Amino acid sequence: METIISLKAMGSQVRRDILRMVHGAKSGHPGGSLGCVELLVALYFDIMNHDPDTFEMSGLGQDVFLLSNGHISPAWYSVLARSGYFDIAELATFRKLNSRLQGHPATHEGLPGVRFASGSLGQGLSCAIGVALGKQLDEDENLVFVLMGDGEVQEGQVWEAAMFAGSKNVDNLIAIIDFNRKQIDGSTDDVMPLGDLKSKWETFGWKVLEMKGNDLEEVIDVLRLATLETGKDQPVMILMHTEMGFGVDFMMGTHKWHGVAPNDEQLQLALAQLNEIIGDY
Amino acid sequence: MENLSNLNWENIGSKDTRSGFGDAIYELGKEREDVVALCADLTGSLKLEKFADEFPNRFFQIGIAEANMMGIAAGLATTGKVPFTGTFANFATGRVFDQIRQSIAYSEKNVKICASHAGITLGEDGASHQIMEDIALMKTLPGMTVINTCDYNQTFAATKAIAEWEGPVYLRFGRPKVPNFTPKDYKFKIGEALLLKEGSDVSIFATGHMVWKALEAAYALVEQGISAEVINIATIKPLDRDAIIESVLKTRCAVTAEEHQIIGGMGESIAGFLARNFPTPIEMVGMNDVFGESGTPEELMEKFGMGTKDIIEAVSLVIARKQF
Repeated sequence: METIISLKAMGSQVRRDILRMVHGAKSGHPGGSLGCVELLVALYFDIMNHDPDTFEMSGLGQDVFLLSNGHISPAWYSVLARSGYFDIAELATFRKLNSRLQGHPATHEGLPGVRFASGSLGQGLSCAIGVALGKQLDEDENLVFVLMGDGEVQEGQVWEAAMFAGSKNVDNLIAIIDFNRKQIDGSTDDVMPLGDLKSKWETFGWKVLEMKGNDLEEVIDVLRLATLETGKDQPVMILMHTEMGFGVDFMMGTHKWHGVAPNDEQLQLALAQLNEIIGDY
Repeated sequence: MENLSNLNWENIGSKDTRSGFGDAIYELGKEREDVVALCADLTGSLKLEKFADEFPNRFFQIGIAEANMMGIAAGLATTGKVPFTGTFANFATGRVFDQIRQSIAYSEKNVKICASHAGITLGEDGASHQIMEDIALMKTLPGMTVINTCDYNQTFAATKAIAEWEGPVYLRFGRPKVPNFTPKDYKFKIGEALLLKEGSDVSIFATGHMVWKALEAAYALVEQGISAEVINIATIKPLDRDAIIESVLKTRCAVTAEEHQIIGGMGESIAGFLARNFPTPIEMVGMNDVFGESGTPEELMEKFGMGTKDIIEAVSLVIARKQF
């Protein structure tokens, strides 16, 4: 396990990557990406049992992560590269022609670490259940993690999947909702209120945990707790309270940076707030 | 193209095509540990009971949640299983096009989407369930193989064959009992057309329940002095282009017959291919841009222009359009 200090340095570096990638592509989704950095760093550098050097599509013998809210791909690509799935230099190709780093994740370019295309929302939880069932058939005791957005749970398919996993005891599955209460058109409360998500998931038969998603120590603690809650005849949900745009003062507290790239000046203002300890790509 | 034209075509006993699926997947279950089945509350209709009873740990009852079923199948495929999903063709395609597009086709998952009750021969339930647009939807997806079987034996053989095939497949079959006539125990070759009857005046390309009607039409045309070639296009994508060219080089005109909308169907695939390579007069028998209604399968096929006589009429029209 890495020290908490080195994980925080990694978080800062991932945030720099996100901003530089989105700036370089002149498009992308910095807001949600910045908000999920602690989670992805904790999963890939601490919690998950995975080995980039032996990546296989099947995920047999390793933990599997799925990104359902595919638009936060910059955060995922950065963490994948920095944990060894591919060269960090490739991050510069994000969203460009002939790149393996598609705007939303895809499999057909063979980017290591990616097992499903995502982007059209609401599908990842079902796919994650399928992987979890496959692991059960294979008697593979590793876990399946899936990250969704909070606006994403407005999709009906999410609740089909919630009902299945909760009633069929899919207990090798940890789902996380990025609960930043924002979506493209505004706050989730204004667009389509999510209601009491905790009791909704509990009613569907899930064990529900909550955490402050931009507090790295708490993220690690709650993820560890979540892994201890697996194998108990019910799936685990973590409601992860985050701030969209976390780490860059002018991107926080607004949905306006959901899908907008910073210009040159904004990039410099943002990078000045994030230490480059490990080194830019 | 496989040549079976030496065979004498007779109905060896009507059966439903979906039973061919159910019997084959049960056999696959015995043969292969990696074959799993998913069903959205239509286990009986899909003839999946035997598989579900015999292999309960490899059978997943998803409930009335087809979108979730497609995603779970994609996940199971990722772990190396060979998932077969079972529901009605309407709910297997139109309802879940985006799930199939992203989680299965774009994600390159080895999922076998098996769909019963396709077409208007679903009958009395009416147009809500009679999907005539499913081939159109599925054939547009890159990497998707599309198969429409004509009888029990062919459905049995195709179900076995797609288990061996790497990549997503849409397998379409139906509800009613129809003549069973293709050879028992023949090996279905994906992408290969079957020559059922040789002829020199017109090529009839038929798929699904229309194949038997095409044979009936061809034998009736003999009495009018017309020699019709009958070719079964079971695999609509990828199309057996060599077989199509070989036949129309001889006959110089074609009739296509399918239980599907003409728009987006097998006929359009053949016409598009011929237009680019060997422009040929074509008539198309199929559903003509309308929704169906309640009725018996035979009544509906007749009312909506997919009867044996419609093939015969199309042959007369297309032969009249031949240049020489």
